[in-house]
Amino acid sequence: MTDIPPNKAQRALHLHRELDKVWADLPGLRGFFTSVNHGTIGLRFMATAFVFFAIGGVLAMMIRAQLATRQGAFLSSELYNQIFTMHGSIMMFLFAIPLLEGLALWLLPKILGARDMAFPRLSALGYFCYLFGGTTIVLSLIFGVAPDGGWFMYVPLSDKTYTPGVNADVWLLGVTFVEISAMAAAVEITVTILRCRAAYMPLTKMPLMAWYLLGTAAMMLIGFPPLILGSILLELQRAFDWPFFDITRGGDPLLWQHLFWLFGHPEVYIIFLPAAGALSTIIPVLSRTKILGYGAIVAAILGLVFLSFGLWVHHMFTVGIPHMALAFFSAASALVAVPTAVQVFAWIGTMYEGRVQFRLPMLYIIGFFATFVLGGLTGVMLAMVPFNWQAHDTAFVTAHLHYVLVGGFVFPMLAAVTWWMPMISGRWRVAGLGESAFWLIFIGFHGTFFIMHLTGLLGMPRRIDAYPDNPEWEILNLVSSIFGMIQAAGFALFAFDMVMQWLFGRRSWRNPWRAPTLDWAMPLPAPSYNFASLPGPVHDNATAILPLAKGEGLLPGAPRGHRETLVVEPASGKPDHIAVLASNTALPVLTSLAIGSFFGLMLAGLYWLTPIGIVATLVMAWRWGTIMGVDYDPPWIEVAPLLTLPTHFSVTNTLAYTGCVALLVADGTVFASLLFGLGFLNVVAPNWPAPETGWATGMMGLMALAAFLVILAATFAGRKAATSRDPRVWTRVGFVCAVLGLILMAGLATGLDDPRRHAGDALRAVMLGYVAVHAIVVAMLALRSDRDARTGRVGPHRRGAIPAWQLFQRFLLFTATISLTVVVTQEVL
Amino acid sequence: MRRGPRKTSARIWICGWGLVFSMTLLTLLLGSALWVGERMIAQGDNVIRVQAHASRYNWQFTQPAPDGRLVTTDNILFVPAGQPFEVAIHSDDVIHSFWVPRLGGKMDAIPGHVNLHRLQADQPGQYAGQSAEFSGPGYRDMRFTLVAYDPADPPKALTDAPLPKALP
Ligand code: HEM
Ligand SMILES: [Cu+2]
Repeated sequence: MTDIPPNKAQRALHLHRELDKVWADLPGLRGFFTSVNHGTIGLRFMATAFVFFAIGGVLAMMIRAQLATRQGAFLSSELYNQIFTMHGSIMMFLFAIPLLEGLALWLLPKILGARDMAFPRLSALGYFCYLFGGTTIVLSLIFGVAPDGGWFMYVPLSDKTYTPGVNADVWLLGVTFVEISAMAAAVEITVTILRCRAAYMPLTKMPLMAWYLLGTAAMMLIGFPPLILGSILLELQRAFDWPFFDITRGGDPLLWQHLFWLFGHPEVYIIFLPAAGALSTIIPVLSRTKILGYGAIVAAILGLVFLSFGLWVHHMFTVGIPHMALAFFSAASALVAVPTAVQVFAWIGTMYEGRVQFRLPMLYIIGFFATFVLGGLTGVMLAMVPFNWQAHDTAFVTAHLHYVLVGGFVFPMLAAVTWWMPMISGRWRVAGLGESAFWLIFIGFHGTFFIMHLTGLLGMPRRIDAYPDNPEWEILNLVSSIFGMIQAAGFALFAFDMVMQWLFGRRSWRNPWRAPTLDWAMPLPAPSYNFASLPGPVHDNATAILPLAKGEGLLPGAPRGHRETLVVEPASGKPDHIAVLASNTALPVLTSLAIGSFFGLMLAGLYWLTPIGIVATLVMAWRWGTIMGVDYDPPWIEVAPLLTLPTHFSVTNTLAYTGCVALLVADGTVFASLLFGLGFLNVVAPNWPAPETGWATGMMGLMALAAFLVILAATFAGRKAATSRDPRVWTRVGFVCAVLGLILMAGLATGLDDPRRHAGDALRAVMLGYVAVHAIVVAMLALRSDRDARTGRVGPHRRGAIPAWQLFQRFLLFTATISLTVVVTQEVL
Repeated sequence: MRRGPRKTSARIWICGWGLVFSMTLLTLLLGSALWVGERMIAQGDNVIRVQAHASRYNWQFTQPAPDGRLVTTDNILFVPAGQPFEVAIHSDDVIHSFWVPRLGGKMDAIPGHVNLHRLQADQPGQYAGQSAEFSGPGYRDMRFTLVAYDPADPPKALTDAPLPKALP
């Protein structure tokens, strides 16, 4: 163990003033649009998510009111369909995912001992994409054009023939826009956990919450791309009639189901893992002991991440799956219960070993146990094929899904909110209200949904708006609805309690729960910069609060006037360099508006205007690079006595580089999903192969070969640039090659058959489009590198954008080789 | 300090309960489910073949009359009791699902695919059926009736069916 000697103590107040000046948001409305601080953005994410939760909850109450009587006279079928679709979509995409992102953004730097997330501007960009996309989706309800095909949007129901209106486009474009924030968060969370920890905090000793969020982020990186690809394909079909899912032209509606559930099943665990992280954080503290089986829990997390990608077919048991496959996926679905069981028993064991204190968060945890375990049991029942055949698409499934989601996500999150509220508001709660809210929610929830198991077993399908011929379901539904209102009252009381605490709670003292983790090693409410000096091996838990405030930790204060935080090696936590982070800027909100203009034009059907949105986005993206380099060699920084580190300007293995790798993992998954789609349609869809065409194979083959060679040359230039002292020639060569490649691909595209002819042609066009998009990115990066080289931002240690360019260039080479081969061989075979 | 006891209790909770207990339970459950699943599929030869064609929001059935003629009906399906039958399920518009809760599980009707589903009604009588996949505004009315008749006493609707339908 390397000891780092402490810095000299200073006056805490002086340090606070110095840091707060650098880290604080701008005052007023300008602060809203320019803040990039993880504390602000994280809280904003969470608050916005709860607003959407309230909207989704109002919709739920409308559903329950409609179903209370058998005539259900107050909504028409059309409106009811919009309402349950919106309820499900809002809860999944605008409440659950953003809430966990917000929690991660707000909490991670604090619990890991850093001053901010790895990419502050990306946090803000994600937030605005979420805000704008989510608002659009909700507004569609007011205009009566909300999505109405159910939250999984099965085709053909959601294609142009059966949903001619804009309803499905709202879902596809809106959700994809919002998912930009999910991808941004996933990249950020991964990089922050791997590289922004306290000095010498090894991976194997980090708080369990970080392991959970790392698992979550990894699953998001791999889980979201299939959905994003599916949405793009479906939108292409709706907008331009490219028949990916049209059975008469070589498509297949089952492709949508596969892509959707490849995302949809991991989604459940993406939601569950952070909640479980909160449980693993809170349970040991409130049991006054340590968590049982840290290693086993980490193994269980990794097991869940791995297994949950092999289960998606269990949502498709009735589509006519071969017998053997049924047995396989059934077994896998049962197996995934094992890591969950390990965690549940570790928690129970921890509580059994310790002395449980029934404070408010603990009540929600008890609520979690009671609810989630039942949901897990019905889940195992549903994994059994014969039972699934019976219960699929009945109210039983609705009950199961709410037991899992409310039990496994909402209860732990409410526990988390009550747990961290003193750190957020600096205040202690008002006695009594919280408990009443808990009991209302708990009783209301079980009253609503326990009965729905029965309703489902009596055969009531989900998604119906009335049941005039089934009086036997009426009393059960009425009871469900009444308890639903009780539950809603509980949530309202919870919100009221939060407001009361914020306004009238007494000031909380430090570390009120006596928790060991670093998030409590700071004054309350948490300051804008988190730590006046950063934790290290000497100050590695919550008891270090005073020395850290007095600047005895690493990198005290902000003497250079920059937002600085420590970057470490991923596994060991050995200090590596100092990252100088972005400060307040309006760039993120402007960029999200640029991206949003593209989505808006698509939604409006003004396809010929969409290039404006694309160009605006590229212009914005270009401007992100301008603050990322310097034209001088910044001096090294003394972090502690005898420990001096460079800034990120003079190293190659920066946070941005790790971030690019994470992004490419997601990007590669998009590509893999595309290949999966191609293979699936080739093998399963009827009406293959595509009809013959008069393709000039020789000519096209030559053109594809030329495009490949040009990309190869660009990759070579990138390599040269990476090591050269004066890369100006190579950056130029790289840029010219990328542009040439784009021109060749455009030529290739003109030779392709009309994508509307057959799904094979459409997929071929998408493959080529995928490569073209990446060629544009690479061209931009080459140009950026060129600019860096020409403005003195490249030196022996400062490499500007060159490492990122090289990375994307290699990825382009890899995907282009496969895509071009597929494009050509599809014709020959 | 409490190193020893904690270690053993961790083993009991995590290996004992978390792994051994849950795995045993799951294996038992899965085994029995697979076994029941196999047995649920109606066995035997002499399987009658009927067709179910789903469209928004209607079920059209084609079934053989006792003399072998094919009879087409809307929203009512006739099959002899006590004999396995196989439904060939398909759709031309959106996805639907064929489901007679008292006879067995459901099977989707997917454009471009024909799914076969084998069932058997032991007792003569009427069985309620419905679609179990959301298909749009008229979804809730997509119901049908399955009539299992005594083979000795076939229903009029089959025997008196007006025109024999040409075999495809
Ligand atoms: C606040 C209490 C809630 C109530 C009373 C409630 C009620 C309902 C009801 C009655 C349905 C069935 C609609 C139908 O089949 O026609 C439903 C569907 C659904 N709910 Fe909730 N819900 C609540 C909270 C949540 C939460 C917290 C989530 C997710 C985190 C959620 C996610 C869903 C989803 C995904 C569906 C399926 C929508 C679809 O079929 O397309 N719900 N909810
Ligand atoms: Cu699943």
